[in-house]
This record gives sequence, structure tokens and C-alpha cells, in this order.
Amino acid sequence: MKHDFIDRYSKLESPVHARDARAKTVALFAIVIACVTTPPRAWFAFCIYAGLVIIITAASRVPFRYLLTRMLAVVPFILVVAVFVPFMHNGGESTHWGWLTVSTSGLLILWNVTAKSLISVSCLILLTSTTHFPDLMHGFEQMHVPRFFTLVSSFMYRYIFIIVDEAERMKRARDSRNYRGKWIWQAKVIGFMIASLFLRSQERAEHVYQAMTARGFDGTYPRWTESKMFAADYIFMFAVAATAIAGRLAVLWT
Amino acid sequence: MDVIPIAPQVAIRIVDLSYSYPDGRRALNSVNLVVHRDETVGIMGPNGAGKSTLALHLNGILSGQGLVEIMGLEVKKKNLREVRNMVGLVFQDPDDQLFSPTVKEDVAFGPLNQRLSPEQVDHAVSRALAWVGMEGFEDRSPFHLSFGEKKRVSLATVLSMHPEIMVLDEPVSNMDPRGRREFIELIDTLEATKLVITHDLAMTREVCDRVVVMDKGEIVTDGRPEDICSDRLLLERHGLI
Repeated sequence: MKHDFIDRYSKLESPVHARDARAKTVALFAIVIACVTTPPRAWFAFCIYAGLVIIITAASRVPFRYLLTRMLAVVPFILVVAVFVPFMHNGGESTHWGWLTVSTSGLLILWNVTAKSLISVSCLILLTSTTHFPDLMHGFEQMHVPRFFTLVSSFMYRYIFIIVDEAERMKRARDSRNYRGKWIWQAKVIGFMIASLFLRSQERAEHVYQAMTARGFDGTYPRWTESKMFAADYIFMFAVAATAIAGRLAVLWT
Repeated sequence: MDVIPIAPQVAIRIVDLSYSYPDGRRALNSVNLVVHRDETVGIMGPNGAGKSTLALHLNGILSGQGLVEIMGLEVKKKNLREVRNMVGLVFQDPDDQLFSPTVKEDVAFGPLNQRLSPEQVDHAVSRALAWVGMEGFEDRSPFHLSFGEKKRVSLATVLSMHPEIMVLDEPVSNMDPRGRREFIELIDTLEATKLVITHDLAMTREVCDRVVVMDKGEIVTDGRPEDICSDRLLLERHGLI
């Protein structure tokens, strides 16, 4: 079965793809941190962050369309959390639109949440779609992210689609036998499916562990190759991080 | 004076091995088996005969009552590291065997556990991948490989450790005819003591020097593949045809 991979487009060739995972991680996280700490009225700073994201995306040849569709994943959360805020009266300035009362401070909160989450999420999407996932984990390890975290993520990357496939096959088998009926019955069937998926995953985990011990695994995961940062990686990292931080600092002086 | 050890001629010696699963089900019942060096032995039997359970005893993943010796070394906790370096187990489902994000990392996993130097690891990886004809797949994710390719890489993950003994659990099940034929040829070229667990009569005839039939946790026959594969009564009695 075909799946849309977490690191789709990570195999493209571009100046951004060629950079070391650590350089990209530091640079993009600098944008995220600068962005989330910026006061909502600092429009200029947000333009800088968005500009950086757009320039990096263009340089990476990752289609903007893809970036936008991936960003849609967070829109529901923004909608749920923030979209009602402007309509709640919490004093201060407000505008009347027919029978609706919109508070200015509420609007500002909506803008703040929307801008920050979209910019942050697009940074993360850029990081994963310009870095091959194993390289990203490798970079994290070199940055001393706990081994446990990178190991669990690597296993997730390897097995998530096998589990999705299993779920899909179970769904087909269920639907082939004319699955329908009252919702309470359906809920029961779905419950059984989840239980069986859990058991299968656990069994899989046991087998994988056996295969690992058979090859001498003793709980420690030895390191192998260490990737190196070159001048271009440092230049990219400092240029992006410095621009983002400059945008953030400029807010303090205005 | 140094004593130069003579390479033992017996690769695997199993004496009176019994094993019960935690739920009390008897999986192996006083199994005795001797496999000589460079022999290829087929282990046949119906599902649930205890073939895979036996395989898991060879490198100490399971341990029952009785004695298991690998190249003269008893399989027990103290010797596990050495035993696992000598016995390479290739599991039936390649998705169990290949757990790393890339092919290269998976093939390097065994050599890294052997604490080889990075150059030696590189060498072992490229040699093993070349052996199974999978050069150029180093950076691919195992998930993107075809079933036959996954099987080949699984074999490479064990070959890279240079085991003296290879244990292959159902190596050609679920493979299409061409993949099956090519994989059998590949197995035939491996230089090691081989234990092949299978239901596949044709393959046993092709690659094995000797066949052991198991049923209900016991070894019922031990003989030449031609004799066993032509004994219809025996095959029928043990659910092999």
C-alpha cells in the first residue's frame, strides 16, 4: 500500500537539502523560538520570519502547495482554540458587525495564535521535508538528544506504516463481510479491531526484539559514522538564526 | 606452550533438549541432533512441530532443559556473546528482521554489536550487500523494498556478521517462483553450516545434504533428502504433502 511519508521530498537535491541536519535544526528552531516570543503587534518581525520561511522553501524546491497542505493539519486546532476568542466580550475596545461584537484584544489573540503556529509548523515541515529522517535522528543524536527519544522515533518511522497497513487489511476484511449495523455494534467491532491491532503490534515488537538479540544486541546501540559540519552548514545556520534573532531584537528597540 | 585448538568438526550438538512454553504447552520433547561443519541440514515438519522453537535455542534466545553446544561451546548466559557471533538467525518475516530506518544501518547492526571499527563495519556491510546482490540499496528504507529484496537484505544483515552457522527460518515462504529460485541459488552459494527450516520439498532436495523431520516437538526421522522426499507415507503422516 502507498503512503505519504513523513519525510516526503527529503530526497530532493537543493542547497537546503545538502545542509547538515544539525545546521537546519538550529536554524529553524531559532526562527520558531524568535517567533513565539515576539509580541503580537510587532508586524515587522513576523514579516521577517515569514520571509525566511518563504526564502528557505523556495531554495529547497519543496512545493509551496505541499507546505500549505501540510500546514492545514494544524488549522483545526487554531479554529477550535482561538476562533471564538474575538467574539467573547472581555472589555476594552470592540467593533460591531451587525449583531456581532468583535473585541480588538480578542482579534489580536487570534492573530497571535494563528501567525505563530503557522510559522512554527512550517519550520518543522521544512525541517522534515528537507532532511532524510534517519539523518535527522542522527543529527539529533550528535546534538545529544537522549538516545531513547531518537530510538523510539526511528522505530516509529520504520513501523508506523506497517501498522497502518495491518489496520487497512483488517478494515478490508471487515468490509468484505458486509460490515454495517447499529452504531453500538460498530463501536464494539472497532474496539475489537483496536485490541487486535495492539496485540499484533506487541507480537511484532517481541519478534523484532528477538531478531535484535540474535544479532548480539545487548541494550546499547553502538554509534557508527559521525557526519561533519562544513563551512556552508555553518554559514546557513548562522545566517538564518542571526536574521531571526535580529528580527526579534529589533522589536525591543522600536 | 601454546596449544593450538583444532577446529571442532561438530558444529551443533543438541542433547536431550526439552522446552515448554510459559503456558505449559510442550514445544520440544527430548530432541537430540548433531550437525557437522559445512553440512546443510533441512528441518521439515508441519506448523507447530517445534522447528522455530528449536532454532531459537541455538543462540540462547530460548533456553530449555538439556544441552546445546555450538562449535563445542555450551549455550549459556556466559557464552551468549560468542554464540551469537557464531550463529546467524534469519527470521521468517523480513519486517521483523529489518528494523532500522535504512538498509545500511540494518546490515551494520550486527557488526556494530561485534564492536568492529568503522572501517571494518563499512567493509562488512558492502561485502554482505554485494553477496546478496543488493549494492546501491544502502540508503533505502526497508519499507520501500519489495518482498524479495527485503529477504535478501535480511540475509545480508546476518552475513555481515560472518557466522559459522546460518539458521534460515522458512527462507522461501511467500516468495514468487522466480524470487524463490534465485533465493535458493543464493542459499546454495553460502559458505557456512546451514540449517534450513522449511516445508518446501523441492528446496530440500536442492540444497540439503540431510533432512530431519520433526513432529509434535520430536525428531521423527533423520536421513538423506532423496529418501525422505520419496517416502510418501512418511510425508503424509507428518503433514508434509
